[in-house]
Amino acid sequence: MIIRIDPASPEPLFEQVVFAVKTAVAKGSAKEGDKLPSVRELARELAINPNTVVRAYEVLERDSVIVRRQGAGCFLTGRGSDLAGVERKRQMHDLLRRAATESFHLGFTPKEIERALQKCLDELQFDTKRKKA
Amino acid sequence: MTAPVVCFDAVHRWFGAQHVLRGLSFRIEPGQVYALLGRNGAGKTTALRILLGFLQPLAGKATVLGQDCTDLQPEQRGRIGYVGEEHKLYPTMTVATAIAFEAATRPSFRSDFALAAAKQCGLRSSQRVPFLSRGQRAQLSLILAVASAPELLICDDPALGLDVVMRREFLDVMIDLLSDTGCSVLFSSHFLTDVERVADHIGILHEGSLLVDATLDDLKRRVRRCIWQPNEGKQPPASEHVLRVGARRGGFELTLLDAPEALFQELTDSGELSTPTAPSLEDLFLDLTGPAQPGILREPIENFLRAAGESR
Repeated sequence: MIIRIDPASPEPLFEQVVFAVKTAVAKGSAKEGDKLPSVRELARELAINPNTVVRAYEVLERDSVIVRRQGAGCFLTGRGSDLAGVERKRQMHDLLRRAATESFHLGFTPKEIERALQKCLDELQFDTKRKKA
Repeated sequence: MTAPVVCFDAVHRWFGAQHVLRGLSFRIEPGQVYALLGRNGAGKTTALRILLGFLQPLAGKATVLGQDCTDLQPEQRGRIGYVGEEHKLYPTMTVATAIAFEAATRPSFRSDFALAAAKQCGLRSSQRVPFLSRGQRAQLSLILAVASAPELLICDDPALGLDVVMRREFLDVMIDLLSDTGCSVLFSSHFLTDVERVADHIGILHEGSLLVDATLDDLKRRVRRCIWQPNEGKQPPASEHVLRVGARRGGFELTLLDAPEALFQELTDSGELSTPTAPSLEDLFLDLTGPAQPGILREPIENFLRAAGESR
């Protein structure tokens, strides 16, 4: 699992770590049961504050992306988000609406935006047989 | 609520006629990594020296680990690790004797840790202090400070004069300490990229008091910067969300805090607005402490501290 961050980015560091793990799962480069690096290892690897890693892992655990096993470390659950269906849908809707609005302001037509989204989906190569959460 | 590790309460300090600290107030909670930023001469070193009891505050009060800084006991000093600007070490000593000397002065000192860390950094125990490079002295100073597993680590511009590799090694030692002990850290630095990596709280010291005292995540999430070219005759709106207005060719540079959608709409309706972006720490630092350009309204900056502090 590759986790990379950009300290100078406007996005808070812990959110970057959360997003990197979620991306790895979505891309299929990490799968159920994979062990995440320890807090100490990842803090050292990324040269960031260990508290930031702890915070990111807490968010991932809350979102049921990872599970913490006492003394053994953190593991990917392989499940998607455990948020209730409606809430998940709302979050996805928000994200897509933002992307669509921004794209419209960049001067793209709805058709072009649709094609671009399809291209993103193709690039990510989602597991199409993924079970419904 | 737990007691703060460090607390400055309206601290003033003069040197002759020079008023260096002008009512400095901030606090550090346990486990926090606090970066004190400011231009040369802003008062960073003075603040740290007051904290360590090397200087007296002439008004106000500073406490560390619950004890008044003017009355620190050996018990508290033993729980504080300090890395000074000059990395002072006794010139007659070698790496090994410096470690042995420090071990004899602090009961909690971990000699085996210090020796292993020194070896890892490529320091030979027989090397004599005068023959160490500036970077090696900095490393040894940090190792000595960290080896006693302090509850509070204070570093005064530790990265000054270190090359990129040395700076990263320095960060590594600090990160390991944080992983192992969860101690609090207060450090001053001019290397904002390092600060963005490890600090969770930022204080920007300017002319003796803090202009900004907020978490780094808050600054990234709540502050936006944009360029606005107004239609004929329009002036920037007088809103509490506008922290700063800078003059710019054909318009203004705005720094906004928690700006609502309505404010962006108002700006878009009355002129041309660039896409608002979160400022980098460097942008923010330059905006707030750089030489005032004509047209800058400095007053709203006062809002910053208050507004940023509200979220805590």
